[in-house]
Formats: sequence, C-alpha cells, structure tokens
Amino acid sequence: MIAGIFASSWVAGSIVAVLAGVIGFFVVLRGSVFAAHALPLGAFPAVAAARLWGLDLLATVLAFSVLGAAVVAALSRRTRRDIATALWLVLMLGAGELILSRLQGYSRAVYGLFFGQLLGVTPADLHMIAGVGAVAVVLVLIAFRPLLLSGLSADLAAVAGVPAGLLDLVFLTLVALAAAAALPAVGALLAFSLMVGPASAARMVCDRPLPGLALSVALALATVWGALLLASATGWPVGFFVGVAGLGLYVAGRLAGRGYAPLRR
Amino acid sequence: MLGLLPVGFLDSAPVQHALVIGGFAAVVAALVGVPTLLRGQAFVTDALAHVSSAGGALAPLIGINALGGFVLMSLAAALGLEAAPPRQRAERDLQTGAVFGAGLGVAALFLYLDVTLPGGSGNAVGVLFGSVFLLGASDILPAALAGGAALALLALYLRPMLLASLDPDLAAVQGVRLRRVGLAHLAALTLAIGLAAMTVGAVLSTALLVAPAAAALVLTDRPARALMLAAGLGLAGMWGGILMAWQSYVWTAGHAWPASFCIVAVLIGLNLAATLGRGLWRLGRRGAA
Repeated sequence: MIAGIFASSWVAGSIVAVLAGVIGFFVVLRGSVFAAHALPLGAFPAVAAARLWGLDLLATVLAFSVLGAAVVAALSRRTRRDIATALWLVLMLGAGELILSRLQGYSRAVYGLFFGQLLGVTPADLHMIAGVGAVAVVLVLIAFRPLLLSGLSADLAAVAGVPAGLLDLVFLTLVALAAAAALPAVGALLAFSLMVGPASAARMVCDRPLPGLALSVALALATVWGALLLASATGWPVGFFVGVAGLGLYVAGRLAGRGYAPLRR
Repeated sequence: MLGLLPVGFLDSAPVQHALVIGGFAAVVAALVGVPTLLRGQAFVTDALAHVSSAGGALAPLIGINALGGFVLMSLAAALGLEAAPPRQRAERDLQTGAVFGAGLGVAALFLYLDVTLPGGSGNAVGVLFGSVFLLGASDILPAALAGGAALALLALYLRPMLLASLDPDLAAVQGVRLRRVGLAHLAALTLAIGLAAMTVGAVLSTALLVAPAAAALVLTDRPARALMLAAGLGLAGMWGGILMAWQSYVWTAGHAWPASFCIVAVLIGLNLAATLGRGLWRLGRRGAA
C-alpha cells in the first residue's frame, strides 16, 4: 500500500516535472514568471469549488485556469500586466478562501493546495495529470517555432507574421494546462518552483533552444526525484526541497553561466 | 450617518480593534503601494507577501509576535534580492521567482513544523489568510511602530522615490542615491506587507498594497492626489469589508464569510469601479467634444 502510493507520487511528480521543464523553458524565455506563479495559484478556488459542489475536478480546474489566462491576457491590454495579474490572483485567492471555509478540514485543504500532498496521489489523479500533460506537450510541439520566435524577439515575430496576441494566449493557456495538471495533486508551489528554477538555470548555461529545453527537463526531473527522496527520508514537505532546489539551481546557473546570453538561433 | 450601521457593530471589541488596526494597516499599505506600482514592482510585492507567510509560520516556533515574523521574513527576502541585483532588468523577474519559490518552500516547512512540533499552532489558514477579528489591544503598539516607521521612510524618501521611478537617469544626475532610495523603499514595503499580512493574511496582503494604489493611479496622474486617493480607497475597502463580513453573519444565517475575503472583494470592487468610471468619463468627454 505504502509502496503503491509512493510509486504513484513518483510517476505524478515525474510527469509534472517534464511538463514544467518544457513550459518553464518558454516562461523563462518570455520572462512571464508572474504568470507562472499566478495561474496555478489562481486555479485554487476551482479545486475548492469542485470539492464543495461535487463538480468534475479536471473540467473545473481547466475552466478556471483557462479563464484566468484569458482575463490576464485581456486585462493587460488596458492596464499593466503585473498589476492585472496581481489583482486576478488576490481575487481568486480570496474566492478560494471563501469556498474552502465552507468545507470540513479547511486548514488541511488549504495547505495541500498551496504546498502539495504528493504522498497522497491517487490513480485517478495520475490519469488526469497524464492526460492534461499530453495535451500540453502536443500544443507545444504544434506551436514550437512561433513560440520560440515570439519569445526571442517580438519584432522578429511580427516581421515573420506571427500574431503576437494569439501567441500570448496560447502561451498563457499552456501555463494554465500545466497548472491544471499539477495543482490538485502536487500543489501550486511545486508547479511554480519547477517552472522557474530548472528552466532559468538551463537558460543561463545553454544558449541553444533544443539542448536548453532538454537540460531544463532533466534538471526538473532531477529536482523532483531528489526532493521526493529527501522528503521520504526526513518526513519534511516535498515543496520545501523543491523550492530550495529551485533557488539553488538559479544561483548555480548565474554563477556558472554568462548571465543572460542572447539565444542563438 | 452612524445610524445606518447595524446595531451593535461599533460596540463590539473585536470590531473596534479590527477597524482601528485594519484601517491603519490599509492606509499605510495603500500609501506605500503608490511608489511601489510606479516603480513597476507589483510582482516583487506579491513575492515578498507570499514569502512573509514563512515568517508568520516561524513566529509561533520561536515565540515572537506574528507581525515581527512577517516583516522579518519578507525583509530577509528583500535584502536577498537587493544583495545580488541581476545584470539585466529582464532577469529581475527570474530572480524574484527563484527567491519566491524558496520562500514558499520554507513556509511549507515551517507550517509543517508548526503542526508537528509541540507548542506549534498549525494554523495554515491564519497565516495565509489571516483574520482581522482576532486582532487585540496587544497588537496596537507593534502595528503603530511598524506603520510609523514605514510612514517615516515614505516621508523622508518620497520625492527621490518618485523621481527614481519616473526617470532613473534624471534622478542619478540630480544626485539621488538610487541604492539608498531603493533600500528605503524595500524597507517601507516589507513593513507595509507585514502590517497587511497581520490583518488579511500573507497571501492576500498584496491586495491592500496593489488594489487601492492601482485604482488611484488610474484616476489621476498627480502623485500627491494619487497618494490621498489610494489612502481613501484602502480605508474604504478595509472598513467596507469589515462591515460586509459582520453583515454576512446575518445573510448566511450564521455561516459568516471570512473577513479577508470580504475585504479583498470590496477592494477589487472599488478598483473595478474606478477603472470603469474613468473609462465612462473619458467616453463621455469624447462624446461632448
């Protein structure tokens, strides 16, 4: 039983790591770190709502995170993007607090959604994570070149006829998908840390796209596996090790890399 | 005017404390929020606010006041960010993100230790979402000290802060010490975050800093007016939210809504009203012309 639960959390963590490594690469390229934080956490009331009213978890989380992506994309045309993101995030967190306060085991649920309860992943969670992850990877494959181009240079992308607004929405949807896959099982913190730390280290030491992407995924996997091992050895939360490893990777990347070298095409 | 308030509202001691401490925290946060948004630091604010939850979780472990914990941890994160500024501006968000993740990880650990260690409170909800009605008379002095220090920093450095945010080169030419001004701003920011976290919790404290200031900056371009408007909107949001939470006890037949949710809802509502009102006014003026 214990071994079974641990194995499924291992698989779930690995899928989320691959997904976060791939999407994190674009997050870092576009400098959209705030979106990578706000979309997973902004889908927090969805999980609460699904639990309270017995809705389908995946559909609710997906609807909320894609809605979040659309609202942030639309609002950022009127006001500065960071302000729009911050306001969306606090509104969603407040709504999540309201919905969760109607539930039994309120504090535990809040803790789980923020910091993850990776040791409690069920087979149903696993199917959901794998399904959403597959959709996100297909989307990345389809939009790979335009995403890369618009991430590297908005001007270049405009010259090449890449629609910037559409690409922005595609990108935010990708982050939302990763968020939907990750949030219920591993929590918002893990999803966010895994999107930022490994990808930023990869970006700083490697200036070609494909090897950078591969390195980002490898570092994310290594982070999750190491964190799971340490967590099961100490009993401390997985999120702690992932968060600290993310900062460690960033610092190592800055020390080893040339800062922010222009990406070679 | 006061006769419109529900019976017993102003007589309740928790409400009195909430109105006084919460109102003061909202005004300080809104005032600090204006230069913060002008400097383009909404993300840093949110990051420091979330990281402060680690301090809130640490406070019961080492036996200090929650406000001290919030300020301590967000100040540590702010100094970490300031100690090694990235070579390029574009990299600033990455650095913030990395510190953010680590801070939340530490929060996860401390909250876990709160539950498992003897003497810990294990109050994840209290740290993350706060409860303005749990503030007491003993919170007034620390809140006044923190808020007073934040306001003093703001008063001393407001002009160079605004100048540095609008045009760093011009500020440097005029002899503004950018680094000292930046540090003063971060110190004021962490104090304001601590105060806000004490009233609405660490992760919602962003609302008190960003929502009123953003609304004020939509309504006016002048810094002095923006500061006054932000303070007014922040106070209105806090008091309106407290009133809404009190009334929700009646609306929901005893299952009152969390006060922090109500405060955030009113603040966002005011922000939307300001944005919409400004848009309509512009439309109307264009129609008249």
